[in-house]
Amino acid sequence: MLNDVGLLALIIGFVLSVYAAAAAAWGGWKGRAAWVASARNATCLVFPVLTLSVIALVSALLRLDFRLAYVADVSSQSMSPFLRATALWGGQQGSILFWAWMMAGFVGAAVLRPWKRDRELLPWVIAVAMLTTAFFVGLSLFITNPFERYWLLPGAQELTRALVAPQGAMPYVAADGDGLNPLLRHFGMIGHPPTTYLGFTGFVIPFAFAMAALITRKGHEDGWIRATRRWTLLAWMFLTVGLVLGGRWAYDVLGWGGFWGWDPVENAMLMPWLTGTAFLHSVMITEKRGMLKVWNMILIILTYALSLFGTFITRTGVIGSVHAFAKSALGPAFFLFIGLTFLGSMALLFRRLSDLRTEHELEGVVSRETAFLLQNLLFLAITFAVFWGTVFPMISELFTGTKITVGPPYFKQVVGPLFFALLVLMGLTPLLAWRRHGLRSLARTTAPLLAASLVLTVGWAYLHRLHPAAWAGLWLVSFAAVSVVAEFVKGVRARMESRREGPALALLRLVGRQRQRYGGYIVHLGVLMIALAFVGDTYFKQETQGTLSVGEELAVGGYRLVFEDLRGYAGTDGRDIVEARASLYRGDRFLATLTPRRDFFVVQEQPVTVPGVYTTAAEDIYVLLVGWEEVGLQATTFKVYLNPFINWAWVGGVIIVLGVLLSAWPAPKAFSEVSYELRPSRLDRAGSAGE
Amino acid sequence: MKRPLEIWILLTLGLALSASFGVEAQEGGGFPTDNDVNVVAKKLYCPVCPNTPLDVCETKACQDWRAQIRDQLAAGWSEQAILDYFVAQYGERVLAEPQRGGFTSLVWILPVIAAAGGLAAMIEVVRRWKGSPSRAGPPSSPPPAALPEMDPEVLARIEKELEKIT
Repeated sequence: MLNDVGLLALIIGFVLSVYAAAAAAWGGWKGRAAWVASARNATCLVFPVLTLSVIALVSALLRLDFRLAYVADVSSQSMSPFLRATALWGGQQGSILFWAWMMAGFVGAAVLRPWKRDRELLPWVIAVAMLTTAFFVGLSLFITNPFERYWLLPGAQELTRALVAPQGAMPYVAADGDGLNPLLRHFGMIGHPPTTYLGFTGFVIPFAFAMAALITRKGHEDGWIRATRRWTLLAWMFLTVGLVLGGRWAYDVLGWGGFWGWDPVENAMLMPWLTGTAFLHSVMITEKRGMLKVWNMILIILTYALSLFGTFITRTGVIGSVHAFAKSALGPAFFLFIGLTFLGSMALLFRRLSDLRTEHELEGVVSRETAFLLQNLLFLAITFAVFWGTVFPMISELFTGTKITVGPPYFKQVVGPLFFALLVLMGLTPLLAWRRHGLRSLARTTAPLLAASLVLTVGWAYLHRLHPAAWAGLWLVSFAAVSVVAEFVKGVRARMESRREGPALALLRLVGRQRQRYGGYIVHLGVLMIALAFVGDTYFKQETQGTLSVGEELAVGGYRLVFEDLRGYAGTDGRDIVEARASLYRGDRFLATLTPRRDFFVVQEQPVTVPGVYTTAAEDIYVLLVGWEEVGLQATTFKVYLNPFINWAWVGGVIIVLGVLLSAWPAPKAFSEVSYELRPSRLDRAGSAGE
Repeated sequence: MKRPLEIWILLTLGLALSASFGVEAQEGGGFPTDNDVNVVAKKLYCPVCPNTPLDVCETKACQDWRAQIRDQLAAGWSEQAILDYFVAQYGERVLAEPQRGGFTSLVWILPVIAAAGGLAAMIEVVRRWKGSPSRAGPPSSPPPAALPEMDPEVLARIEKELEKIT
């Protein structure tokens, strides 16, 4: 019964979103307010209707209603209710519905904002955003329907998935489900998909506004940028959190001692993040200087198209094998939609090029504008290199018939230097003024920071004298960090002098009054922490592998790991566990007992490696149980990684979230300045104040 | 008493030696240690599971491959010889790092061309923006003679302050 409600809601959601897109476009085109109002109402309804659908599916997962094929695929009796609920995004069908639902939520929230100054954009924002939503709801309805059931056809060996009974088929209800993929039973993988999808779908708002601005010939104003600044920031933040959680998951679950492997699925997520980051920066030039308008449009189109591309890659398995792509209609449909979105929006941009003339000329080559341009270029170059490395196996297969592998060495060599250049710019740009900057004064402001960073680097170099290759990276991170900290110090000192405030109060007020700017700097600090983790991962990481008998030891970087014993036992949720116990020493000092494990999920026939980890602020000792002799439990093989700085990646993620929240937090004063003024009586004053 | 001492020394040495041999035997017989094998395996990719380096892959096929690398190392093969052997056996896809020749070289070349092209385009844009005629300015604007000799640093500071206000 509830399943039917869910299916019905999905159908209604599809009809509503198609209607909303069409009515909004018609109303916008013909200038009929009634149609637009109707489209807006329909848009507001899509989210609650899809919510019903999601509730129905989650309820089926919780109740273990194995009549649904999806439930039988991803849920099982041994899973906790919490895990069963998260199985909503543990498989293909659920993920697409979840995607569509989140997008509908974003679009609904965006049309609910009071539209005053930018009312002209409304119909086209609805049309563009609802068209995309309709596509995803359509996918969920027609191609990967989560409410399908299993049927047994007479004489057939395999089960058939279908919504209604094929002729002569018997319904098939499994006794127990397959359960969620064991690799996904981890907090990182439970949090990763929702945040990633929030990031991906969130970018629909700036994209729809950009398209609406182009269609209504308002692209030359930066209204669409101001109106979507917070949406963009939040989408970017969720994408960042998704990336960090994904890295954490890989570190804890995949058992290769690292957090970033340049896997196609990771790259698919990194690309919109890169162009989105470039977009966040380039809109600042438009807001401040009225330049780069066409460029912003290209960046938001790219970001959105790459978000779709990311979903395409992760959900159709096209990278894994071209056959997976052809097996279902999902791949071709996706491919077509991404192509249409990209080409359509680029064509629109091309037709409106003349509207987007720059307002100011570049005044000096040495200026913040140029630094931003260069930084944008670097982000795009990285995006291209990542894109090219990700799709090249397919291209190679297409043209030469042999699929090749593009592994981490490629990405490290091509992308590494570009990221280094970005770090230099990150350190230099805060020192540069808008418009123009004298080289000599730049040298004068840079010199003390350079000196400070070099002193820091000498410290690093002493601590890590065995790894000279890393010194350059450490220096870059230090320089960028010193430069950001110097911005805070400068601001605080200026306030202390001019307003006679104490340092703490001055810092608080400085950050509070200019949230956008200092929030951004805090984000930079978070990014630098992650950069530090990458430097550690690239240059300092140590690993060793060895086979030990009880009492023997392995040494890595001043640590000793002594093998104590090995035992096997049955876990609670359908897994057999083999667990080793090993004592970790630093010199002669006992630190901890580590228990690296290998869990074997019997039903899924899948092993999961659980590392034993000893964590300090400086480094992790990460121990994997690689193999063991079945007889006598002697001769057990361990792999030990020494991962320096790795924990800074997680801390950096948290810092980035704090920075974005600070930056996006509405200042009390700003409420009367933004376009969506709530009190109509003050609209005029607000309008003039905002100019 | 001289002789027994010698015997003792020899015995201890022998014991120590045999003990160390014992350990080494367990680690896989002298020279190709697990770490030696992993150095080579890291440069190869699992033929079965997508995107998994050979040194961390747990499948049976990969264990056999690692055993094979160990045997080859023990037989005195160089790292390059082993890599070449695997490419000949299983195709180019086993290499983690794409080759720099043939069609595959495109994967290396194109990003460099794109970055260089982007840089050239950017320089051109900057040049055009700098040299555009509107810089002459409308005649109504006050003559810039008032501030030609202003210290650029002061100017920069003023601009910074202004920017802080906005």
